[in-house]
Amino acid sequence: MHELAITQSILNIAENAAKEHGVKKVREVRIKIGDYSGVVPQCVRYYFDVISKGTVAEGAELKMERLPILMRCEACNWQGEVDKHHIECPSCGGIRLKLLQGREFYVESLEVDD
Amino acid sequence: MEIKVMHQVMEWNEDVSDAVKADLAAHHVCLINVLGSPGAGKTSTIVSLIDRLRDRYRIGVIEGDIAGQIDADKIHALGLPVVQLDTDGACHIEAMSIQHILPEFDLDALDVLFVENIGNLVCPAEFNIGESFRLALLSIPEGDDKVEKYPLMFATSDALAMNKYDLKEYFGFDDQRVERNAKAANPDISVFRISSRDGMGLDGLAAWVADRIDASLKERT
Repeated sequence: MHELAITQSILNIAENAAKEHGVKKVREVRIKIGDYSGVVPQCVRYYFDVISKGTVAEGAELKMERLPILMRCEACNWQGEVDKHHIECPSCGGIRLKLLQGREFYVESLEVDD
Repeated sequence: MEIKVMHQVMEWNEDVSDAVKADLAAHHVCLINVLGSPGAGKTSTIVSLIDRLRDRYRIGVIEGDIAGQIDADKIHALGLPVVQLDTDGACHIEAMSIQHILPEFDLDALDVLFVENIGNLVCPAEFNIGESFRLALLSIPEGDDKVEKYPLMFATSDALAMNKYDLKEYFGFDDQRVERNAKAANPDISVFRISSRDGMGLDGLAAWVADRIDASLKERT
């Protein structure tokens, strides 16, 4: 339910970057989002279409790339992808794992017409 | 043409959370974010902790709710400063809501501010609100699979209290499974078993909370 606030933030970031670079049209917004996040991409896309009307990013496509959860086992040093609902080391069964990736949420780049 | 941006989407909340933290630090106030499902026992646990901590600290409470002020009335009855934060349908509290509400308190007359977050295991986990630490509640009737289903909530909390522990046998609740999964999601989490109804485990939880408050207040002096 907090997707609207998040979408507004994405739009602000895109608008500010567009202004900074003096571009007329944003074609695509590329976003990276870690798998730990509960954000629903479909919701964000829907809201974005609504609130971007009349802005430099109207009609822009949102490309949301999910980043898997990567962890390192502190017991055996195994490193790799972990299912967030079953967090344990697939190699030794250890549960002291350090999060390496999965909580990211950022706008990486824009595709624009100058 | 491609423009590199690399801008955090949640920055608006993080910036305000940092500002709230700085404001509270200036007044030597420790904010505790209390999270859990509707009915997990957030209000009752806060009341139990207040009973055990009010001789040591000057305490205030922010009661987050989607609507109404039943919980705020309960705290008000204890004679403590309380402000109801109605999110009007929103699923979580944001740092900005806390920032707007802080002027309602005389911060120099407080050591501790409990914030009862909205009853929800999903959204509130994503938003820092200027807290020194987080206490997550999970009640026995909710089931022992909740840590696996909502890992972010427990990965971001400093303590997990299994509440209504007196009901454990009726629900076939596997508390070891919960503890194991919570520690997998967050190796540093402290785990407690409590019952707000009969007081079981609450002295231990209150002692842990007091340690964290002292550590957080000391950090700032």
